[in-house]
Amino acid sequence: MSADVSVRTAATEVRDPSPAPSSLAGLVPDLTSRPVRSPWQIAFGRFRRSKLAMLGLVIFVLFVFLAVFAAQIAPYAENEIDLFNITAQPSPEHVLGTDELGRDELSRLFYGGRISLSVGIGAALISTLLGIVVGAIAGFYGGLVDTVLMRFVDLMLAFPAIFLLLILFAMYGSSVTSVVLFLGVFSWMWLARVVRGEFMSLKQRDFVEAARSIGVPDVAIIRRHLLPNVLAAIIVATTLNIAYSMLSEATLSFLGFGVPPETPTWGNMLNTARPYYVTVPLLAIAPGLTLTIAVLAINFVGDGLRDAFDPRGRGRGEGK
Amino acid sequence: MIRFVVRRVLEAIPLLLGIAVLSFIFMQLAPGGPDTLFAKNGRMTPEQLANIRRSMGLDRPMHEQLIAWLLNILRGDLGLSYSQFRPVSTVIWEVFPNTVLLMAAGLLISLVCALVFGILAARRPYGFFDNITSFVSYFGLAMPVFWFGLMLQLLFAVRLGWLPSAGMHSPEGGGFLDLLRHLALPAFTIAIGSIAGWSRYVRSSTVEQLEQDYVRSARSKGLSERRVMMGHVLRNSLIPLVTVVGIDVPLYLTGAVLTETVFSWPGMGRLFFDALTVRDYPILMGTLVLGALLIILGNLVADLIYGLLDPRIGYA
Repeated sequence: MSADVSVRTAATEVRDPSPAPSSLAGLVPDLTSRPVRSPWQIAFGRFRRSKLAMLGLVIFVLFVFLAVFAAQIAPYAENEIDLFNITAQPSPEHVLGTDELGRDELSRLFYGGRISLSVGIGAALISTLLGIVVGAIAGFYGGLVDTVLMRFVDLMLAFPAIFLLLILFAMYGSSVTSVVLFLGVFSWMWLARVVRGEFMSLKQRDFVEAARSIGVPDVAIIRRHLLPNVLAAIIVATTLNIAYSMLSEATLSFLGFGVPPETPTWGNMLNTARPYYVTVPLLAIAPGLTLTIAVLAINFVGDGLRDAFDPRGRGRGEGK
Repeated sequence: MIRFVVRRVLEAIPLLLGIAVLSFIFMQLAPGGPDTLFAKNGRMTPEQLANIRRSMGLDRPMHEQLIAWLLNILRGDLGLSYSQFRPVSTVIWEVFPNTVLLMAAGLLISLVCALVFGILAARRPYGFFDNITSFVSYFGLAMPVFWFGLMLQLLFAVRLGWLPSAGMHSPEGGGFLDLLRHLALPAFTIAIGSIAGWSRYVRSSTVEQLEQDYVRSARSKGLSERRVMMGHVLRNSLIPLVTVVGIDVPLYLTGAVLTETVFSWPGMGRLFFDALTVRDYPILMGTLVLGALLIILGNLVADLIYGLLDPRIGYA
């Protein structure tokens, strides 16, 4: 990975000037005085220079903030019903109007963000954990273990995920926990493939051989020597997976098989307001647009991270 | 070539077997067993229930049921729908062409849009058009498909009244044009994600192509920019696109469920959703297996066409 390469160039730069004869002192650029930056610092610098990525980060942090402090910020409680004031137009009291039970739409967007964001982050973490474990085992041990695990990955990828999730939730009912769990359990396969691929090539490198020769146990080699080299890919995948999981949650909830309807999530709000779309289009627009902006922000961050870690990466032909 | 095809097809067989077995396990895991729907019916006597179980083979040992299920799938027999009491294959087959029509229309729209936008954007990377399409693509990828469909529906059907909001045919009937009018919004909805994704993809592969020597020689021998693009670059940009299209079959399956639900399009996705609400497990399993089959097929076709279009890829 790029991380390794940058470490090596930094080292050579430092070593080069030392053997130079003293008469050339003024001619050789003084490379030692330039601060040596770690690959992480370099990546962070690149990330900070990307406008879209920073914009995404700011929006994402803002959304998290609004969700965490929803109880303090939101003008109304999440289930404060006002039956004399249902599907009200926007007004100073209700900035985005009210929904079909007279609940303040804006407040529910804040509270909905709690669930939507937690589901996204929770599912992404589970998926990352599973992806790392399966990918690491398959890539590190190879052979039969690898074949079996990768055939399993193929099998999981061959199932249309949405069909499977809907069937599971229709059968067993759903809760916030089960949505997080199942979304995570059905989205780890791509990361597993990436981790496996990286491990396959990394494990043949000298530093792994060296670690082996002094008797470092497998788990420690994986944890201390291999995983840090894949960390960039893992971080990028996790970020993008948050966005994917949020979209999936909204989709399932919209169809009525996700988070139980009394809990506000952006998908649920779209689902329960369906009969009122024609008369109050704002009820259809607001939650969807909020979700879109949240996902957009996370995708910006994810792409920014990817470009920062590996400028020659996926965006082929896009220069630096 | 033939050996490669045969090998890839053979590789898909264990995958299909795994899917069939897993679907069977799912059906058994259903709370209350596969016959819940009937057991819930209070007026049904135990004898009647036993009769139904026997007629559906639910009284036989598990392994026999599994083998019967696998053999039946091979014959294209997916069992009997609980809610309609007709063979699942018949029920699915009735609506499948509608889904194919929807997907094909969506696919056509995305391919045309992706190629046009992608190539135009690639002509001047980071130019005005490129930045616009890039931003719009980001939006297209971030929007929930069903929400985009709802927005189209609200705008073009409810507000402007230009297009019908749901269904496939007008009640009073109508010809091909009527069908097209009904198809427009759903097809565009199902296409939005792939338009966004693929146009970015075409853009980056075209930018890469434009740096190649053959483009320089084509230009230096005096070909117009149009002929360079159409005659030389387009073909090479298509190759990577073909694989992505094959791999994105799941995207279209998800899109079908959502689009058909939003627009009441009478297809496989709508059938699946309706079966979900009445817990018609055989239909659910049937659509699940068919969906998986389409995904595997998509990957297979992508692999094969990729090899066909790019002579550098060997069939080792």
